[in-house]
Amino acid sequence: MSSTTEFVVRKSLNSLFSSNAARPILSRLDIELTERCNNNCVHCYNNLPLHDESVRGRELSAQEIKTILRDAAALGCLGVRFSGGEPLVRPDFAELYVYARRRGLRVTLFTNATLITPTIAQLFCRIRPLEPIEVSLYGMAPKTYESVTGRPGSFEAAWRGIHLLQEYKIPFAVKAVILPENKEDKEAFVRWGETLFGSSGENPVQFVLYLNLHARRDSVRNKQICARRISAEDILESLRQFRPDYSGKLAQFCRKFMKIPGENIFSCGGGINKADIDPYGRLRLCMLLKDPRLSYDLKDGSLKEAVTSLLPQWRKIKSTNPEYLRRCARCFLKGLCLQCPAKSWLEHGSLDTPIEYFCEIAHVQARSVGLLGIGEQGWEVKNGKERIASYGENN
Amino acid sequence: MEKTISIDTVYVPSEEVVARQVGGEFVLVPISAGVGDFEDAVFTLNEEGKAIWDRMDGKRTLREIALDLGTEYDTPIEEIQRDVIGFTEELFRRRILHQIPRQE
Repeated sequence: MSSTTEFVVRKSLNSLFSSNAARPILSRLDIELTERCNNNCVHCYNNLPLHDESVRGRELSAQEIKTILRDAAALGCLGVRFSGGEPLVRPDFAELYVYARRRGLRVTLFTNATLITPTIAQLFCRIRPLEPIEVSLYGMAPKTYESVTGRPGSFEAAWRGIHLLQEYKIPFAVKAVILPENKEDKEAFVRWGETLFGSSGENPVQFVLYLNLHARRDSVRNKQICARRISAEDILESLRQFRPDYSGKLAQFCRKFMKIPGENIFSCGGGINKADIDPYGRLRLCMLLKDPRLSYDLKDGSLKEAVTSLLPQWRKIKSTNPEYLRRCARCFLKGLCLQCPAKSWLEHGSLDTPIEYFCEIAHVQARSVGLLGIGEQGWEVKNGKERIASYGENN
Repeated sequence: MEKTISIDTVYVPSEEVVARQVGGEFVLVPISAGVGDFEDAVFTLNEEGKAIWDRMDGKRTLREIALDLGTEYDTPIEEIQRDVIGFTEELFRRRILHQIPRQE
């Protein structure tokens, strides 16, 4: 029997698969548990009122979500990401969390931390999520925080939740959303981040600098969001100021991801071994992709069928928009640009339209490191590959 | 002092561990804190490890499991017993297995 050396091999979850060949057909599933939220953030692309009973009535039941989790685990899924809205507004959150963990799934939770109670913290302590809790934070003082969330008392509730995570030593990361309302807190975010887990490793506070438009293309919300978008120049300044070794990391990123995408509109990893389920049971390629044409109601079929046949089919969609084909399809900066089918739909209601705001951010970044000259456009450059190689060698 | 493994004892998987087939791997995923040995660790079993694991049904002792494996593997029984004990030791110290009284 002892022909092989080790019967048991300890691995970290992230190193479980050394090659793509061994990967399961679904390795990660995002489940939006609800679009309802106890906050009403000025910039939010997704939230619906907490007490909206008609929305609540349409949400998947706990049993339906368990069935999806069971099916995902059967497909080899390793992890589930619970997002929202605010996932903790669901009274059955703990039940769903325990069920997912007992199916052997690791759990990522996106939360504003305001509803983390001692009971929830103890649960995370006893049954570890195996991924850091991801906390969205909107300010370092009540005034700034609540000018974003629009809810008195939310600052205190969020910090109570964060302190519980600290008290129970539950790993967490912080996404600090930078808006005009709280930009004075930027330094305070960084200083606090440095105190969190000592000086080793990266600061767990990451800034969210880019705002997406509204999931339901609400014009009033979109006006609010657009008014709060940071200019491309200010984004560049923040990246340089707060991301250690910005230029070196950008060079690494460029070498890895920047290439001319061609006419296929999905040049991202959306739908490759992963999928998203919205609160009403519709499967999509990713959390942001809200185009109803690219959704599949799981009540009409199985998760396996959707993952194995629909997702690959959707990923083959090619652009038919002449403007996209003239610009994005030929642009060597595409990997640096946040334009994607999901964001294109949020902005324009089509999957393949250039997004001027993101185009400008990519061009400003590229010019700042010498990848582009003044007045040059990424899609006009013929020797993009050589420029990236030369930039990579010098950084 | 560490408990030694007895070949005439029954060992069963902890309820705080999930055994899963993931892609091409058979994986043990600890659920509760204190099971396994660090937070994001999972344990993969090779074919022989899985053969032992599958026989830990709460009824058979390690000796009986080894005897059963002896009908499948062309290996001396002493060697199989050593392997079964080694496998059990490895998982028992991580609380992935625990011992139960033999059911008559």
